[in-house]
Amino acid sequence: MSLALPDRDWYKAPAGAEKLWIGLALLWCFVMSVMMPFWHFRGKQNSRGEAYAVQPAAFLARTEQFVAANKVGERNGIPIAEPAPGGDAYLIGRMWAWYPVLKLRQGETYRLHLSSLDLQHGFSLQPLNMNFQVLPGYDHVLTLTPTSKGEFTIVCNEFCGIGHDKMIGKILVE
Amino acid sequence: MSYIATLPAPGALNPPSTPALTRRCDTTGLAICLAAEKFIKLNAVAAVVFLLLGGIAAILLALTRWQMVHLLRVDWFYRVLTFHGLNMLIFWILFFEVAVLYFACTVPLKSRLYSKKVAWVSFGMMLTGAVMVNTVILQGKADVLLTSYLPLLAHPAFYLGIILVAVGTLVGVFNFFATLYVAKRDRTYEGSMPLVTFGATAAAIIAVVTLLHGAIVMIPTFTYSMGWTAQPDPMWYRMIWWGLGHQSQQVNVCAMVSIWYLIANLSTGAKPVNETVCRGAFVLYILFINLASAHHLLVDPGVGSAWKIWNTSYAMYLAVLASMIHGFTVPAAVEIAMREKGYVKGLFGWVTSAPWRNPAFAGFVLSVLIFGFIGGITGVTLGTQQINIIAHNTLRITGHFHATVVGGTTLAFMALTYYVIPLFFRRDFIWRGVARAQPWLFGGGILLVSIGMSFAGSLGVPRRSHDIESAGIYGPAAHLFLGLMGVGAIIAVIGLLLFVVLCVGTILFGEKNAGRPMADWGTAKAMVGTRAGSLAEDHWAMKGTMALTGVFLACFAVYYFANWKALADVWPVR
Repeated sequence: MSLALPDRDWYKAPAGAEKLWIGLALLWCFVMSVMMPFWHFRGKQNSRGEAYAVQPAAFLARTEQFVAANKVGERNGIPIAEPAPGGDAYLIGRMWAWYPVLKLRQGETYRLHLSSLDLQHGFSLQPLNMNFQVLPGYDHVLTLTPTSKGEFTIVCNEFCGIGHDKMIGKILVE
Repeated sequence: MSYIATLPAPGALNPPSTPALTRRCDTTGLAICLAAEKFIKLNAVAAVVFLLLGGIAAILLALTRWQMVHLLRVDWFYRVLTFHGLNMLIFWILFFEVAVLYFACTVPLKSRLYSKKVAWVSFGMMLTGAVMVNTVILQGKADVLLTSYLPLLAHPAFYLGIILVAVGTLVGVFNFFATLYVAKRDRTYEGSMPLVTFGATAAAIIAVVTLLHGAIVMIPTFTYSMGWTAQPDPMWYRMIWWGLGHQSQQVNVCAMVSIWYLIANLSTGAKPVNETVCRGAFVLYILFINLASAHHLLVDPGVGSAWKIWNTSYAMYLAVLASMIHGFTVPAAVEIAMREKGYVKGLFGWVTSAPWRNPAFAGFVLSVLIFGFIGGITGVTLGTQQINIIAHNTLRITGHFHATVVGGTTLAFMALTYYVIPLFFRRDFIWRGVARAQPWLFGGGILLVSIGMSFAGSLGVPRRSHDIESAGIYGPAAHLFLGLMGVGAIIAVIGLLLFVVLCVGTILFGEKNAGRPMADWGTAKAMVGTRAGSLAEDHWAMKGTMALTGVFLACFAVYYFANWKALADVWPVR
C-alpha cells in the first residue's frame, strides 16, 4: 500500500492501459507545445513583450507631445487623440485614469505605447477582453489592428489602490 | 548536513520501540512518534485557525463582488482581500503541509522526528510571522494584496512577517530532511521509502526552491520598505515573486497527490498499479515545475515570445504530463482494489459500491474531479502563451485557482483531517452525519464559485476589483455569474464553518478512542472468495478509469481549442 514499503522489485516499466494513457497524455502535451510556436508564426494574436526602458517623466513628455500634435477633440475633460494610420499612439495609465482617449481607424495598424507613471496597471480592453500588463519604467509596445468599430472601454485590472475600479478609459474606432 | 552526523542519533540511542517515545496506533498498528504527533497536532490546529480566518474573509469578499449585495466599503474590500489571500494561500496551507511532512517522515518510516527543538523553532517563527502579517493588514498598513506588486508598498512588518513564515517553514522542511537522513542511517526501514513519503519528499524539495525565491524577492523589498536600499525593478519583482507564488502551488499539488494516494489506501486499500509510474510522475514535478512563474508574465513587457513559450510549457508540459499520469493512476488504483474485492459489475460497479459514506473518501474523489476537470484544464489553457491575452487578470484566473487550491488542495486536506483527528487526537468525530455531508457542501460550493468566476471572467470582469459598475459595460450575464459565485461562496463557507465546528467540537468533546480502533467511516470490504493482488498481472483491468480519462481528454481538447477560436476573434496584436 501507499503507506507501506514497496516491494523490493518495484521498478517495472509501465504496461497495458497505463502505458497507453502515458502515450496519449504525452502526445497531447506535444500538440499543446507545438500550438504556441505555430500561432506565433501563423496566428494573429501574440504577446511579444516588445518593450523599452523609459522614465515616467519622459513617457509623460512623449504622450503630451503626441496629444498636442494629434488632438481632435475632448471628452469629459480628457483630450481625444487620433494618431496617423500606421503611426505611434501613446497611452498613460496612472492613479486613476487612462490618458488620453484614443481615436483609431478600423483596419489600420498602430504602434500603441503603454506605460505607467506610478504603480502597475492592467490594460483590459472591453468588451473584446484583451489584457496586457502596464508597468512603470517600461514602454510596452503593442502593434494593434482594430478590426471592429465602436466605443471600447479600457478597464484597469491590476490593483492600483483605492480608486482602482474607477480607472476607466476609452478607445474609439471608426 | 555534516554536523547532523556528529549529533547523537536519536533512533540509535532510543530504539523506536521504547514506550516513552512512541505509541502503537490502535487502528493501524503503526508505531507513532510522540514528538511528531505533538507537532502534527500543533501545526494542524494552527492551520485550521487560519482556514477559519480566511473563510470569514472569503464570504465578505464574495458578498461584495456579488454586486446586488455589495457588502464591504472599498478600503475594507482590498484589506480583506489581502487578508484572505495570505491566510488561505500561505498560512492555512503551509501549516497543514508542515503537519503532513512530519507525518510522512516518521510514521511510514517507523522513524522518530529528528528534533523537537527545531520543530518548536519552526512553529514559533511561522506563528509569529503569521500573527505579524495579519495584525499589520488589519491595521490598514498593508493594503497591497497577496502579490504586493512594487511600487505598491506595505509596512515593513508585512514583509518581515512573510520572511519569518517562509524561513520557519524552511526550518520545518529541514527537520523533515534530517529525519529522512536519520531514518536511512539507522535503517528504520529497508529498501525504498513508501510512496506517500516519496511524494512528500518531492513537495519538500520544491518547497526549498520556492522559499528561496521568496527570500530573494522579499528581503530586498523589506530593506527597500525600511529605506535602506533602492526600489527593486517591478518586472524583476514579478518574475521572482511568482517563483514563490506559483511554485508554492506545486508544493500543494505534490502534497495533495500524496494525500490522494493515502486516502485511497485508507478507504479502499488501493495501492499503486505501478510504483515506477507514480514515482516517475513526482520526479517530473520536481524537474519541470520551477518555471511556472512564467504563467503570470505572459502579457508582460520586457519578456519575449521565445522565453514565454518555452517557459509556458516547461520544456514540453512535462509537469502537466505528471498530473495527467496521477489523474490516471489514482482512480486506477482504486478501481483495481475494488475489482479485486469483487466489485466487478459493469464499467462503473466499483464506483457505485465505493465507500461514499466515508467523508474522507468523498472529499478525496471530489478533490480529484474538481482539480482535474476544472482546475487542470482551465490552468493549462489559461496558461497557454497567446490564450492568456483573453484571460490575464480577469476573474477567469481566480476561477481557475479556486478549483485547484480550494476544490483540490483544501478539500484533500479537509478529507485527510477525518483521519488525522481520530488517529492523532484519538477522539471519534461528533455529528458523523454532518461530517458525511461536509465535503459535498464545500466541494459543491467551490464548484459554483469557480464556474461563476470563470464565466464572469470570460465576459471581461476583472479580478481584484471592488466595483464593476463604474465601467458601465457589464450586463445581466456578468451579474448572473457573479451571483452564482456569491451563492456558491455561501454554500462553501457553510461547509468550511461546519468543518471547523466538527474539528474543534471533536477535539474538545469527541468520544475518546484510545485502546480501540477509531470508529470506521466506511471502508470497502472484500467479498468472500476474492483475493488482493488477483489482478496484478491484468494490465487492462481498469476499464472504468480508461473511460473516465477518455472523457477527460475529450473535455480538455474541446475547451483548449474553443479558447484558440475565441482568441482568433479578437483584434490582431503582436
